[in-house]
Amino acid sequence: MEAKIGFRNTKSIIFKGIVVFFAFLITLPLIIILLYIIKQGASQVNWHFLTNVPAPVGETGGGILNALWGSFLMVLMASVVAIPVGMLAGIYLSENPRTKLAKYSGLCVDILQGVPSIVVGIVVYFWIVKPLGTFSAMSGSIALAMMMLPIVIRSTEQTLLLLPESLKEAALSLGVPYHRVIIKVVIPCGFAGILSGITLSIARVIGETAPLLFTAFGNPYLSSAVTKPMESLPHLIFTYATSPYDEWHNLAWGASFILLMFVLILNIVTKVLTRKWKIQL
Amino acid sequence: MSIILVLIILGVLTTLIIESMPSIKALGIGYLWGKVWDPVQNIYGAYPFLIGTLLTSFIALIISIPFSYAIAIYLGEYNPKGWLSDLLKNTVELIAAVPSIIYGFWGLFVLVPLVREFEGKIHVLPYGIGIFTASIILAVMIIPYGASLGITLIRMVPSPLKEGAYALGATRFEVIRNVIMPYTRSGLFAGILLSLGRALGETMAVTMLIGNTSAVPTSIFAPGNTMASVIANEFTEADHTEYLSALIELGLVLFLVTVVINLIGRRIITRFTNN
Repeated sequence: MEAKIGFRNTKSIIFKGIVVFFAFLITLPLIIILLYIIKQGASQVNWHFLTNVPAPVGETGGGILNALWGSFLMVLMASVVAIPVGMLAGIYLSENPRTKLAKYSGLCVDILQGVPSIVVGIVVYFWIVKPLGTFSAMSGSIALAMMMLPIVIRSTEQTLLLLPESLKEAALSLGVPYHRVIIKVVIPCGFAGILSGITLSIARVIGETAPLLFTAFGNPYLSSAVTKPMESLPHLIFTYATSPYDEWHNLAWGASFILLMFVLILNIVTKVLTRKWKIQL
Repeated sequence: MSIILVLIILGVLTTLIIESMPSIKALGIGYLWGKVWDPVQNIYGAYPFLIGTLLTSFIALIISIPFSYAIAIYLGEYNPKGWLSDLLKNTVELIAAVPSIIYGFWGLFVLVPLVREFEGKIHVLPYGIGIFTASIILAVMIIPYGASLGITLIRMVPSPLKEGAYALGATRFEVIRNVIMPYTRSGLFAGILLSLGRALGETMAVTMLIGNTSAVPTSIFAPGNTMASVIANEFTEADHTEYLSALIELGLVLFLVTVVINLIGRRIITRFTNN
């Protein structure tokens, strides 16, 4: 009996050891990747790098201004589309959870969240690029907006479900009309939660490459025309990383570093906001 | 506004079906197991890509499962609070946040030479790039999905159940194996399904690492292609209708498969959390 409990305890301890080992082993690839990107990329970044467009093959120097500007513009346009639509849909889902429409659209949010990003790219190609006859920044933004929607909707819905019913009831009992209750009470109360969903969705789509391959395509020059092809950070990394030239690889490392920093900062912001709200995304 | 969502999904589905009609009509169901993909000869068979997708996803899943289970058990049961668990949890979230293009880029320049060396040692053709390399990166990328769901589920195990087992003299390992695991089995399975859905549709990192050949892969170290990566590579080059619609049909298959997997996974989770 004595020996047996000893054996069982040892087994338990060994199991714990294995669990701890595997659980912490996962930090290793992340640290290696982060350090490698920082090592390769940070040295590339300087003022010249941020304010110039890529140099042609054979010339040194050059930067990623076109991609920075393109990413910014496209994510901005995607946000302008996705945030209002996503918030409204989220409010609808949290206010009317039992209707048929809510059931089906909830299902559609789940589906949309699982759609591979490359499929989004194909579909937007046929919706916008083909009818207009040219790759365009606009179509890229639509593709990104489709990727943002489910995250914004779910975070809005989750935040608003956490709000106490009595808040709304108090406002309604004062005779405030329903739409004003939503605008003046529900949204301000859930603001931090909704905002965290927005920052999270931006962090997600800023690194998306696949939906941009057939929509915004890429452009080696600085461009602000929404009906023309436009470069973006992830797409620039893709084209330059798979090129055979060393200078282009360096450019791509620098761009990866910038992209990674954006994503990290956005995630930290989200973290701070969710901590305040204790919501689960 | 919610109607927009329903419209988007229906729109996606109809667009994919309409645009892949030429290839569905011309090739029929045999498309799925045609072994040759040769756009120049106008022969299209999706079999190499189906195999490539399944291989990469399943290898990635097998690698990732011990990690996601370990993280889920550690953060759900052993150490649910405190700075160390916060640190690990944030790390896992960061792994999910790093863009796939960066995984691909890093893999291409760091992992590929390592794998090439390894392949040289075990005497297979040292491509470096290939299904194996893509699977490793894919495994890292999908670990967070299985893990974060697992943490939530393991924390939901009612403590009277666990306390009962402890009171009977069970060790921690026995509680985990005989109480927590059976209780959360269906939920953890759903977590695996969701990470599988992720793995199937992952495009950029795989495209950069898998080697992009349209032949049926001969071993797990051989280069290949997945459905997503062949679309990414050939879509803008597709110069005639049949070629293009054959690619879109791949997209349609990918869409349907991921939708089914995601819906089953979510159905299981909803049932689990309602009980």
